[in-house]
Amino acid sequence: MTAVSEAAGSETHLRSPRPRGGLGRSVRDSLVVAKRNLIRMLRIPEVVIFGLIQPIMFVVLFTYVFGGSINIPGAPSGDARAYREFLMAGIFAQTVTFATAGAGAGIADDMHKGLIDRFRSLPMSRGAVLTGRTLADLVQTALTLVVLAVVALLIGWRSHENIAKVLGGFALLLLLGYAFSWIGALIGLSVRTPEAATSGGLIWLFPLTFISNAFVPVNGMPAFLQHIAEWNPFSATVAGARQLFGNTIGGVPRSVTGAWPMEHPVLASVLWSVLIIAVFRTLAVRKYRSATA
Amino acid sequence: MPGAIYAEGLVKTFGEVRALDGVDLDVPEGTVLGMLGPNGAGKTTAVRVLTTLLRPDRGTARVAGIDVLAHPDAVRRSIGLSGQFAAVDEYLTGRENLVMVGQLYQMSGRDAKRRAAELLERFNLADAADRTAKTYSGGMRRRLDLAAALVVSPPVMFMDEPTTGLDPRNRQALWDVIQELVAGGTTLLLTTQYLEEADRLAHDICVVDHGKVIARGTADQLKARTGGERVEVVVHAPEHLTVADEVLRTFAKGEGTVEPHTRKLTIPVAGGAKLLAEVIRELDTRGVEIDDIGLRRPTLDDVFISLTGHTAETADENDTDGNGSGAAGTGGETSRTAGVK
Repeated sequence: MTAVSEAAGSETHLRSPRPRGGLGRSVRDSLVVAKRNLIRMLRIPEVVIFGLIQPIMFVVLFTYVFGGSINIPGAPSGDARAYREFLMAGIFAQTVTFATAGAGAGIADDMHKGLIDRFRSLPMSRGAVLTGRTLADLVQTALTLVVLAVVALLIGWRSHENIAKVLGGFALLLLLGYAFSWIGALIGLSVRTPEAATSGGLIWLFPLTFISNAFVPVNGMPAFLQHIAEWNPFSATVAGARQLFGNTIGGVPRSVTGAWPMEHPVLASVLWSVLIIAVFRTLAVRKYRSATA
Repeated sequence: MPGAIYAEGLVKTFGEVRALDGVDLDVPEGTVLGMLGPNGAGKTTAVRVLTTLLRPDRGTARVAGIDVLAHPDAVRRSIGLSGQFAAVDEYLTGRENLVMVGQLYQMSGRDAKRRAAELLERFNLADAADRTAKTYSGGMRRRLDLAAALVVSPPVMFMDEPTTGLDPRNRQALWDVIQELVAGGTTLLLTTQYLEEADRLAHDICVVDHGKVIARGTADQLKARTGGERVEVVVHAPEHLTVADEVLRTFAKGEGTVEPHTRKLTIPVAGGAKLLAEVIRELDTRGVEIDDIGLRRPTLDDVFISLTGHTAETADENDTDGNGSGAAGTGGETSRTAGVK
């Protein structure tokens, strides 16, 4: 500790520089936090790898286990290729929603370890810790989608639209993932342990993603479920992505109940995602301001 | 003029528990206030209010002359906080942690890097600068945490139990760092359960229990309140007890005690070392053979017990391993309680 004495006496007290304008500070602080989270991902690659295994498993299981038994309206009965095309947008969409659990667990862990207290005692933008986290999750989700798309191509999935539309489809999926990571942020701030955030971030995703048009056509469901499925924000994104990928065999997507989102899936998907971001970002930032570990 | 840390009538309740029950504080610039109290006394809550992490139900607080409730962001630019947990990111290197904190204090990337290098040097972490904090020992993590609190060399510092869970050697090293800091003019509020720590580091001490400040003053003033000095004598043989008692009565400033089984006599006195010499001479003259004699001043432990009726230190006092398992075990549990309460 001898080094301390030289520095301590001579040092003048300087306060941190005055903050720059609100928006500039928010953006910069968010990027600083996003960088921190991306470094963490590189140092704990297990998380990213396990995040990849699950969707790949789903692709293989659904394609080969259910594929032969599910009939897609408008396609020849038992046409495995038709189901593969139908399925992929659903798997992609389900994969992006898992960002919820990642964001939730990460933020709960930061609370638990006292890092949120550290951040809250700094003169930084109030939303930056959460925005930085959700941005880092967006990068991870994008990487996962790239790997998953390659696997999908390998087992025979094809898009039938131009590259701009295909990219648009992936953008739609990423927007949904980003929106869901804000739900995860709120969950992470609301629970006591990182474990609770992981399970709390995941369980509700199963009914949400299964009561939808993602894995089976809704026309096989009871009427009341059909209504739920077609108004499900998740279904709008699946249908929108299917449309932009050109995976619409026999005219699918097509609404069974006449729900508006199914008639305009791309627009509906964007609207749903923006609405989710607006609501959950507001709630999460408010929660962050008063968060107590 | 109010001090660098000033609070009046702070009240904070969590459900039924009044974590703060009308706390007043006034810490003059450049001094150290030791806030002493057992787990759950309200120390952590007080720090959280003063560092803008928690809004009080009632009361006012000013830090570095700035109203904590009205201008929290300005307060944050003037303070450093070092918590009970070593709040650093264990997957980042020491350097990355400090650069990140610097940038979030709104320094430019270049300034933040330069400052990080300075601090790593100053806290003997230069060799470990590019290793992840996960590989650090408990003492190194505390030093990194403290360095993070000093990135802008803030005029006011808060340390919440900075040495809880550290082994004696690391505790000593951290005390040295804190003393250097204070010598540089920083105002510091330090919470601790260790009476020795408050005695050693603080100019003024306030004793907190059940959300209230129950005593304040310098360590000497507090000790004086508990009843001044005593002379303790241990005689060589039990048969000398009676004579020794007779001798001591002539010096005593109050009721003394005799413990036959330990052959120990204690009397309250006034007069210090000079009086002790007289006592020894007199006992010698009367032929009392003594094994031990001493002038005892009350310790802060005595102060604490006399004020609160219980000791300050609790179960996690035994927890000295200083890293991971401490935080996850009893240490983590108790500090968590303090946070929630």
